[in-house]
Amino acid sequence: MIVTRSLAFAHAEGAALTFPDVQVSQAGRLLLQGPSGSGKSTWLALVGGLRRPTAGSIEVAGTPLQDLAGARLDGWRARTLGFLPQRLHLSAALTVVGNLALPYLAAGLARDDQAIRHVLERLGLSGLAQRRPHELSGGQAQRVALARAVLLSPRVLLADEPTASLDDAACAAALSLLHATAEGCGATLVVATHDARAARWLMALGGAQTLRLPGATPATQPLRNASQNGLQRPDDGGDML
Amino acid sequence: MKEIASIAALSWRYLWFRPLQAGLNLLLLTMGLAMITLVLLVGTQIDRGFERDVQGIDMVVGAKGSPLQLILAGVFHIDVPPGNIALADFQALQRNPIVAQAIPLSLGDSFAGFRIVGTTPDYPAHYRATLAQGALWRAPMQAVLGADVARAMSSGAGGEGGGPHGGAGEGASLIGRSFVGSHGLGAGGHAHGDHPYQVSGVLAACGCVLDRLVLTSTESVWQVHESAQADDPEDLAVLRDEREITLALVRWRSPLAAVTLPRAINAGTPMQAAVPAVEITRLVRLLGVGADLLRALGGVLLGVAALSVFIALWNAVRERQADLALLRLLGAPRARVAALVLTEALWLALLAAALGLGLGHALAGVAGHWLRAEGSMPLTGAIWLPEQWAVPGLAVAVAALAALLPVVRAYRTDVADLLAQPA
Repeated sequence: MIVTRSLAFAHAEGAALTFPDVQVSQAGRLLLQGPSGSGKSTWLALVGGLRRPTAGSIEVAGTPLQDLAGARLDGWRARTLGFLPQRLHLSAALTVVGNLALPYLAAGLARDDQAIRHVLERLGLSGLAQRRPHELSGGQAQRVALARAVLLSPRVLLADEPTASLDDAACAAALSLLHATAEGCGATLVVATHDARAARWLMALGGAQTLRLPGATPATQPLRNASQNGLQRPDDGGDML
Repeated sequence: MKEIASIAALSWRYLWFRPLQAGLNLLLLTMGLAMITLVLLVGTQIDRGFERDVQGIDMVVGAKGSPLQLILAGVFHIDVPPGNIALADFQALQRNPIVAQAIPLSLGDSFAGFRIVGTTPDYPAHYRATLAQGALWRAPMQAVLGADVARAMSSGAGGEGGGPHGGAGEGASLIGRSFVGSHGLGAGGHAHGDHPYQVSGVLAACGCVLDRLVLTSTESVWQVHESAQADDPEDLAVLRDEREITLALVRWRSPLAAVTLPRAINAGTPMQAAVPAVEITRLVRLLGVGADLLRALGGVLLGVAALSVFIALWNAVRERQADLALLRLLGAPRARVAALVLTEALWLALLAAALGLGLGHALAGVAGHWLRAEGSMPLTGAIWLPEQWAVPGLAVAVAALAALLPVVRAYRTDVADLLAQPA
């Protein structure tokens, strides 16, 4: 579940961004669209608690982010969020299993080998456990990063340009997997993309709200409502805030 | 606890992800620490050895020459004496009321590189030496062996002397065994073949200079040399009148003697008086320069190591900026990410401390072996000094200092930038 109100953020360089309000239910899907530099990454950083908004409020999975700071915010992020960054950032020094141990280290939890095995199996990576990142194909690496993101069963899964460098078939497969994985752990799924294929596939997979970002130009008039272009699933209504 | 273990495990992986760099840093740190360990071990043992050997000896009286030489020859037996003094002069000294004790030493011969010292039972008594076997000498040409000498003789050094137990293996009693001294203080001099000594006792190891000496009566030394030099009874009688000893170790009755006695001896007799306390201070100052140099070299090595570790960690943090930011993204608090970098430095410190201490002790052992062969100061690598606890401390301090800036940089890793990076 994600709720933002009157969200604004000013970069140090001075470019100010304002974001339309959005409400996404716990089982909801959000498509974050806009050209490069329109602030998709900034929006993800704000919702992920990595940046502080200059104005407005954010509530994620029932927690108002302004209430959290420092190590408490970090702990909350570890338990609540799963990130699939555009660059996957698998650690070259570690094997696939070693990379999957990082979420536990970050969260201060004991490593759960059974959970790691289970998620590897679910994402079709069982045979690759001892490989190093440079020994993986692009698609395999992305699945490892997805495994890393969902290992601790996050409430919200944030994916940044998950299809940027994929061909059509891989794009479809990646989105299906994201969708299914988010559903598997009951997470809200946010996909930030400027890839029209990704938008089409997400719609085809059962619909999503859309949040369109216009870019960094000074935006004085309110933007179109977030859910305007979204196909809402009928059963989502009750969960909406 | 579990968390510390997983941070330690992860930082270990990261450390050895660059094996060449890690190895080089480890080598530099290890060499610096080994150097410091070596200086510590050798310096302390030399100081202790000096202290122990010189204890209770207020003054050494011998022939005129270098006072330091007199002390080195008379107290530590690592230099040749400047000459001999007349027995009559020594006896006059002994009668001096402010002299509490004067122990005569006669040097000149050696056995298998160990000095044969003609003296009185006062000499072993001065060092509180005890006998491991047999008894002190009761007649001329009987000898008591120091512990190192006994070991050398058991393992066959100079064993050609034979004797009743000649050819007995190591561990067998040496009592009754006979050997001949050779002229001069080093090995290889002319052998006094017609004057064999007989072992009457073996001293227990005292960790002092006695371990490396063969003790006998003053008369034995006279007997060996007088009959070697004199061809007929007349010459022998002349030599007897001109009997000499090499030097005397003097303990005085009151510290007041320090003011008057050395000056009186130096000015009014053909003898020279040297005060060990003064000469040792001079010697230690001389040696101290060498020790300071080695210490400085160790310090420079550690400095270079610190710099190298700093550069390695700095690069590692830069290279791994994304890895560290990812950990933050996954929810690791800043402190945990910083701890990861610090732990990597601490791994190096701990490994280097262990290796450096090991290497330092091994080098001290090798130096000890080499010095033993030279017959000088006893030195071992098989001791642990409380000061050595400073070595791991130093290693950790150096590593922590080197890690300071990289750790701060890791602490400040910005996560949001990670998301903004295009593919």
